[in-house]
Amino acid sequence: MKVPLNVKNKMFQKPAKDSDKEFKIGRVNQVKLLSFPYIIWMVGFIIIPLLMILYYGLTDRDNNLTFKNIALISDPINRKALLLALELSLISTIICLLLAYPLAMVLRKNHKTSNSFIVLIIILPMWMNFLLRTIAWQNILEKTGIINSILQFFHLPTLNIINTSAAIILGMVYNFLPFMVLPIYNVLVKVDKDVINAARDLGANGRQTFLKIILPLSIPGVVSGITMVFVPSLTTFVISTILGGSKIVLIGNVIEQQFRLGNWNTGSGLSLVLMVFILFSMAILSKYDKESEGSNLW
Amino acid sequence: MVKKIFERFYIGIILLFLYAPILILIMLSFNKSKSRARWGGFTFHWYKELFQNEDIMNALYTTLIIAFLSALIATIIGTAAAIAMNSMKRTPRTILMAITNIPMLNADIVTGISLMLIFVALRFTLGFTSVLIAHITFNIPYVILSVMPKLKQLNPHTFEAALDLGASPVYAFFKVILPDIFSGVISGFFLAFTMSLDDFVITHFTKGPEINTLSTKIYTEVRKGIKPEMYALSTLLFVTVLLLLIIINRKGAEKKVPLKQN
Amino acid sequence: MKKKITLILSLVILTFAFLGCKKEEGEKLYVYNWGEYIDPEVLDLFEEETGIDVVYDEFEQNEEMYPKIKADAVQYDVVCPSDYMIQKMIGEGLLAEINFDNVPNIKYIAPEMMESSKTFDAENKYSVPYMWGTLGILYNKTMVDEPIDSWSALFDEKYEGNILMIDSVRDAFGIALEYLGYDLNSVNEAELDEAKALLQKQYPLVQAYVVDQVRDKMIGGEAALGVIYSGEAIYTKRENPDLEYVVPKEGSNQWIDSWVIPKNARNKENAEAFINFLCDPDIALMNFEYITYSTPNEAAREMIEDEDIKNSPVAFPDQTTLDRCTPYQYLGEEIESLYIEKWNDVKSNVE
Repeated sequence: MKVPLNVKNKMFQKPAKDSDKEFKIGRVNQVKLLSFPYIIWMVGFIIIPLLMILYYGLTDRDNNLTFKNIALISDPINRKALLLALELSLISTIICLLLAYPLAMVLRKNHKTSNSFIVLIIILPMWMNFLLRTIAWQNILEKTGIINSILQFFHLPTLNIINTSAAIILGMVYNFLPFMVLPIYNVLVKVDKDVINAARDLGANGRQTFLKIILPLSIPGVVSGITMVFVPSLTTFVISTILGGSKIVLIGNVIEQQFRLGNWNTGSGLSLVLMVFILFSMAILSKYDKESEGSNLW
Repeated sequence: MVKKIFERFYIGIILLFLYAPILILIMLSFNKSKSRARWGGFTFHWYKELFQNEDIMNALYTTLIIAFLSALIATIIGTAAAIAMNSMKRTPRTILMAITNIPMLNADIVTGISLMLIFVALRFTLGFTSVLIAHITFNIPYVILSVMPKLKQLNPHTFEAALDLGASPVYAFFKVILPDIFSGVISGFFLAFTMSLDDFVITHFTKGPEINTLSTKIYTEVRKGIKPEMYALSTLLFVTVLLLLIIINRKGAEKKVPLKQN
Repeated sequence: MKKKITLILSLVILTFAFLGCKKEEGEKLYVYNWGEYIDPEVLDLFEEETGIDVVYDEFEQNEEMYPKIKADAVQYDVVCPSDYMIQKMIGEGLLAEINFDNVPNIKYIAPEMMESSKTFDAENKYSVPYMWGTLGILYNKTMVDEPIDSWSALFDEKYEGNILMIDSVRDAFGIALEYLGYDLNSVNEAELDEAKALLQKQYPLVQAYVVDQVRDKMIGGEAALGVIYSGEAIYTKRENPDLEYVVPKEGSNQWIDSWVIPKNARNKENAEAFINFLCDPDIALMNFEYITYSTPNEAAREMIEDEDIKNSPVAFPDQTTLDRCTPYQYLGEEIESLYIEKWNDVKSNVE
């Protein structure tokens, strides 16, 4: 689970601190020493472990250099799993965006009355373990589940959702929707009211104000929302296991299975392929986050 | 007016979507039947059973301890790092921030696997400590990102003024800086705590046979059917947090009223 | 502020104190077993009686358990694999001989079970039978037109979307091979390809590939047919009386899960004490009643009070049923990976 990191668009936001006038604690350089534990930690538990994956991914069981593990992505099973994962995560990202944007707009409007409470309500489900919440969807979607019972009650034809791609998409949207809503919301509430009023005063109608002012200003939030939904959807193996009935195999499932069956080299090789997509997302995000200081959590 | 109704309706639909599974889980915790697929009547039995189920209580205990310790250690390391980074030049700061972003943007499965590989390579026994280290690792960025904005809002001169008035740097830190960034530190801590509680994938790869968190316990139960006690426990946790939030929110609202009048 | 800091500090100290208490070093035993395959109370009793601290871990498939034992990342002391896997592990020298002086309760195990075990453990040196059973079809009487007695139902288009297939390589191929009239230990690639083609044809009919989840789904009436181990049949029927278990006429698999001790076990004597404890008739009965899998423990079976269960053809099938059941054999690494490869193709629905 990840928290949206948000991005600032300096121009129209409420006055932020000028970052050049950085605050320095004391004139002492020793302050920088405070980052030492952190740097050591990050090198030890982020950088080196990633290098381990690189090492395993590029070697075989006998530690010889090989590209076979990476080439395995072109194996029909793996290729299909990757393409399917890309497809499903793209679809769910788009659905999340379409659901979240209007919601964020509505929340923004009401934000002075009920302020953070609404946001909390959106985060609150995360306190119920996400595995359990996903399992509960089984109960809802199953052939004898709640949706179908309701449909049957009204003598409507039943739906067959469980164990299909649709169920997995639904699971992804459900689990990651908050990560789309919050960054967009965070950006929207910062849009200066005066800017909007100015646009109105200058004769822009509602649609124009939205298209010319609000939408462009919210792009950073949208971008970080997309990343926060796309990456976890792309790599999930839990949602597809629980809602896909093992009939739908995603790249996350393949990697997890390789590690479960003890094929670490293959699993690492495929993870490296996955990393390419993640790096790609990071690059896009940093383009919109030039300060690299993704602030504004919730 | 129509628009307003439509907006309400839209929020309602989304909330229904978010909370429907939770209602189901709460319902299941009162289900007499052991199977999730059948309603066997209403019972409080599983709540009683829960406290006698040593496995689940142990998992709960481990989960809370790990969440607490990892959040605490991450808060200390992260706050220190944020303060240091704030005083750095742009380039080193950008590099450090990029590293900070890795665990947040990276796939959980890759983070989990990479940590497992390093632990195994170092012949480090997978268990409590390895999970704790993993959780601290993915928690630190959340702390940094919560503290950073607060630091940027700080007035640099107050600290210097304190030093000029003869305060030692440590004293000045606790008296001048910490109070100002304290809300960021606290929210970083709770964020980290929440993330740790909800994590499954990373724990799954870095844990040994000796320990189970609630997440990993649930995952092993997924196959044979979740034990109803688990639903009961989740319901209790959920309701507790809900009540806490409502209380905090009430208090917050009360405080805000006089402010508005000013 | 100071108060808060003191509070946090004292919390930390308390936590560490807590942790300190938890880490008592004593006699330990690392058990690696199938999911939900023991009465938790049995573990408590064992701990109470012997003072040995049990660390208990679970797996879902033999193929998942094997690399962990092989990699030696966790030193398990006692493990419960199935027949063909035990054969493989013996062949690779991964198992230790059990010292039967420490397992006197072995005398309660039915002699015919010890005899059957010889198919994978030729001299009964490495394993002690724990549970056994057959592989069959569980069907919902209200959802099928006629009584099911053949694997053919699993490949029948009229049950499209109503079939829960088993997500286990050997079992899935065993079913296909039996249905085609071949040996379920086939090593003939042409036969395997035929079986694969059949399973691929089955793919669109299958609702889900599951192992243990079949229980809840069948109880809830999610599917008409499910492939299941005989041991689950009693539990599921108890929860949903419409369910019926059958060992198909073409023949099936008879399996035995046995306790073995890995070569690098650190607590071998504790492991033997544990195995001995499980062979105690009272304990075996407790386990039988909890997990409802067929027990090889004769004395325990005698003590079953419910006559229906004691003579249940599901839990304790008659000889004619058993005659058409074959145990799996370990087929060698090459054939094994052939099986896995073909099975992955089936599940991913690629050629």
